[in-house]
Amino acid sequence: MAQLTPAGEAGAASQPIDAAALAKDFPLLSREIHGRPITFLDSAASSQRPTAVLDAMRNYDETTHANVHRGVYTIAEEATRRFEGARAAVGRFIGAPVPSREVVFTKNATEALNLVVHSWGRANLGPGDAVVLTEMEHHANIVPWQMLAAERGIELRWLDVDDEGQLVLDNLDQILDGAKALSVTCMSNVLGTLNPIPQLAEAAHAAGAILIADACQSVPHLPTDVTALGADFVAFSGHKMCGPTGIGVLWGRESLLETLPPFLGGGEMILDVRRDGFTPNDIPWRFEAGTPPITEAIGLGAAVTYLEGVGMEAIRAHDIALTRYALAAFAQRFGSALTVFGPSDPEARGGVLSFAFGDVHPHDISQILDEYGVCVRAGHHCAKPLMRRLGVPATARASFALYNDEDDVDTLVDALEAAGRFFA
Amino acid sequence: MPGLEDLYREIILDHYRSPRNRGELESPPAVRVEGFNPLCGDEIVVTLDVDDGILQDIKIGGTGCSISQSSASLMSAAVKGRPLAEVYEVISTFKRMMSIHEASLPGEGSDPGATGDEGVDEPEAIDVAALGELAALQGVVKFPVRIKCATLSWNTLTQGLDEAASPASST
Ligand SMILES: Cc1ncc(COP(=O)(O)O)c(C=O)c1O
Repeated sequence: MAQLTPAGEAGAASQPIDAAALAKDFPLLSREIHGRPITFLDSAASSQRPTAVLDAMRNYDETTHANVHRGVYTIAEEATRRFEGARAAVGRFIGAPVPSREVVFTKNATEALNLVVHSWGRANLGPGDAVVLTEMEHHANIVPWQMLAAERGIELRWLDVDDEGQLVLDNLDQILDGAKALSVTCMSNVLGTLNPIPQLAEAAHAAGAILIADACQSVPHLPTDVTALGADFVAFSGHKMCGPTGIGVLWGRESLLETLPPFLGGGEMILDVRRDGFTPNDIPWRFEAGTPPITEAIGLGAAVTYLEGVGMEAIRAHDIALTRYALAAFAQRFGSALTVFGPSDPEARGGVLSFAFGDVHPHDISQILDEYGVCVRAGHHCAKPLMRRLGVPATARASFALYNDEDDVDTLVDALEAAGRFFA
Repeated sequence: MPGLEDLYREIILDHYRSPRNRGELESPPAVRVEGFNPLCGDEIVVTLDVDDGILQDIKIGGTGCSISQSSASLMSAAVKGRPLAEVYEVISTFKRMMSIHEASLPGEGSDPGATGDEGVDEPEAIDVAALGELAALQGVVKFPVRIKCATLSWNTLTQGLDEAASPASST
């Protein structure tokens, strides 16, 4: 089965997660909805934040806040140190060879991908050049390319998805032939499919193309080593990995980032500005125009420290176990009335379960589930080309995080049964 | 806190399970319009036959949730065979019923209770009795995200009526 990165040896050694205990770290999870304890199963859209993250942000705001990089006074210097410390922490978390130069803070993954398209794309793509995408991409990894394609006359090519939710790679070399970039998700936010990024990167590089990895769903759930992935750019969002909103990351290979023109213009991204022009700053600040989201960066730094404390190998093992349990519970309770899209092997996928349940529309499922305090997403999940491929207008989606356990799955299954009765 | 029974009234579930006027009229001569809810991917196809100032026939196609499907079915039953003036009247009354809370949506996050349910029970200047079965959709306004589901078919019908009026533009 396809794997994101070669399996680590340490996997089996890590302690299993005690999800119920970890859930206590997340204040929101003590909330009640319609008089019932919340069952939060929408972490693929945005995860909750532990006290450690909330405290780090509050502590920074209460003791240290000042604008970064230009100040000489004590708290400005401390703020800069904490902001750059967060960059180092994030870089270490993803195995960046040179964290201080390769980790670019953005608003979210969407902005990170737009940065690649605008900065790398404008510098490297012209009429007739081709970029390869896949049918399972999030709109964030489609629309920016379409915008540039329309402007520059670039050809967009597509890798198809098969019935198991895997990329069709039979004609990979042919599709990559003459292409300048392959931009692909590490883990589908709809199917949970884990794409074989190292293999794709190797094929892309052999064809003279770069590989851009949308790691929005994988970085929060699997150990990530950008070097092992073989990617040239990796994009992800803080708010899906127990961090705050308003902060995302673009990791770029140092040698490649150094060649790129700036993205947005303004303060922070320059070394010098004269009447006749400007000199851009060094990386990574060249891509961080204006005052950055400082509090949020510090929150993200605390989030990766929290995740490291739990252990990414353990989180991956937990996702697999919970997915296996959920697939079995679905099959046992609903048989063929419930269809889960994507790979059937829990080891070949993340803990993201999109499903169709009889004739009940995803909106109605989600509405009834809410009555039971169960939060699942209903819709196209910003992946309309994939919805077309699946032949459905929308799906309901339950997704797991380290704070979910088997009780959450049981609650989901009971609530689904109630929804089935309601619309029978 | 509004309950599910406010949303899923029996009439709504009935129209969802056995939709009225389902299908498509041959077009042309019928006017055919498609409506999309970009939020959830629901699609609706309304075909209508306007003649002599009367909405002679209407059919509904497409897919959607129980609220969008039942609303379309209820709508078709309410407007079929009626003079256009009356059809516009029903559309306008229905849209007013659905817009009661729309103004209060964006800022209500912190205390949903504070916006109150008062307006729903006593809708100003809406003759709920005149709406007949359509009044069953009243509860949808308590579930703001579902309002778009309920209004999808109505906006599509309005568009269809505009198209039916434009090419011949009689008067
Ligand atoms: C695979 C994938 N890519 C990109 C995004 C966009 O993330 P954001 O909205 O945080 O920019 C998401 C979020 O839904 C995602 O799941």
